[in-house]
Amino acid sequence: MTQAQSAQPEVPVEATPDDVAADVAAGGDGHGEHHEHPSDRQYVKIALILGGLTALEVFTYFESVHNLGDAAIYVILIVLMVLKFIYVVAWFMHLKFDSVLFKRVFVAGIVLALGVYLVMLTAFRIWGV
Amino acid sequence: MSDVAVPEDAVTTPAPADHGAAAHPPTTTGMSHNKVAMWLFLGSECLLFGALIATYMFAKSRLPAGEIGPNDVFDIPFTSVSSFVLLMSSLTMVLALSALTRGEERTFRVWIVATALLGGTFIAGQVYEFTVFYNLGLGYTTNIFGSAFYTLTGFHGAHVTIGIVMLMSALVASLRGRLSPRNAETVELIGLYWHFVDIVWILIFTIIYLFPQ
Repeated sequence: MTQAQSAQPEVPVEATPDDVAADVAAGGDGHGEHHEHPSDRQYVKIALILGGLTALEVFTYFESVHNLGDAAIYVILIVLMVLKFIYVVAWFMHLKFDSVLFKRVFVAGIVLALGVYLVMLTAFRIWGV
Repeated sequence: MSDVAVPEDAVTTPAPADHGAAAHPPTTTGMSHNKVAMWLFLGSECLLFGALIATYMFAKSRLPAGEIGPNDVFDIPFTSVSSFVLLMSSLTMVLALSALTRGEERTFRVWIVATALLGGTFIAGQVYEFTVFYNLGLGYTTNIFGSAFYTLTGFHGAHVTIGIVMLMSALVASLRGRLSPRNAETVELIGLYWHFVDIVWILIFTIIYLFPQ
């Protein structure tokens, strides 16, 4: 090999299908980027948390809790709902570990929907004010 | 010429029979376009279900006094069990994907069947619930609440049913030897759809069933 050839910058070589498959099998995204994916044990833990949050939600249905008043129950239920939503999206849908672009695309849809329909419901005065 | 001659085909051309998404060459964005498309689709689905939930809230607020409404028909303990079943199907779904990624195809099939069965149980519960409501006097055209409720939960049920069809397709593909860690992204996309259906139910369960009526 000549000196000129050895001084040439390394040209990136595209991955072969086997490279990509090996990358995916190792928890990567097929493009050489390795994301820490949760273990099965962590998935089970998340599911248990989700089950617990659901149990708390259902608990608010019982009469004794209604002494708190509707406003408090709304707040409790919304907090529990949002927590469950975030747990599923972040862990089960891997948004916590995936590209930030996916998060932005999804959040854009949620924000747009929330904005449009909150304005719509307010215009129709459904909040009782 | 260089003394290190490497044939280009050897490093750039995927095998002709390999159509798995994960085996495609890197894209210009460095991300799988299928996955980008799925997230765009799910973002747009937020608008669909947002519209249906908002319509339900509006309809419920306009329900004339004395007409059959949520308090007359909802069975919270029953729906809580259905919700729990759907929530747990999200766990079996991620376990299926995890197993496939590790190359454990038999385990993958067990979890994918479990997911489909849990989804089927949820749908069976919904059919039962609709039947009970109908027998209590709440038809699709009985009042504005009935129309909005059946439209919202019916659309969600249709999404779950489509998800079950996807899960069964993945099972058949696996049995035919067409699924491997190499194209695990196909299952990941099905999983994204399935989890989305689950989070929509998280919203429906809280807003439609549990909010004080």
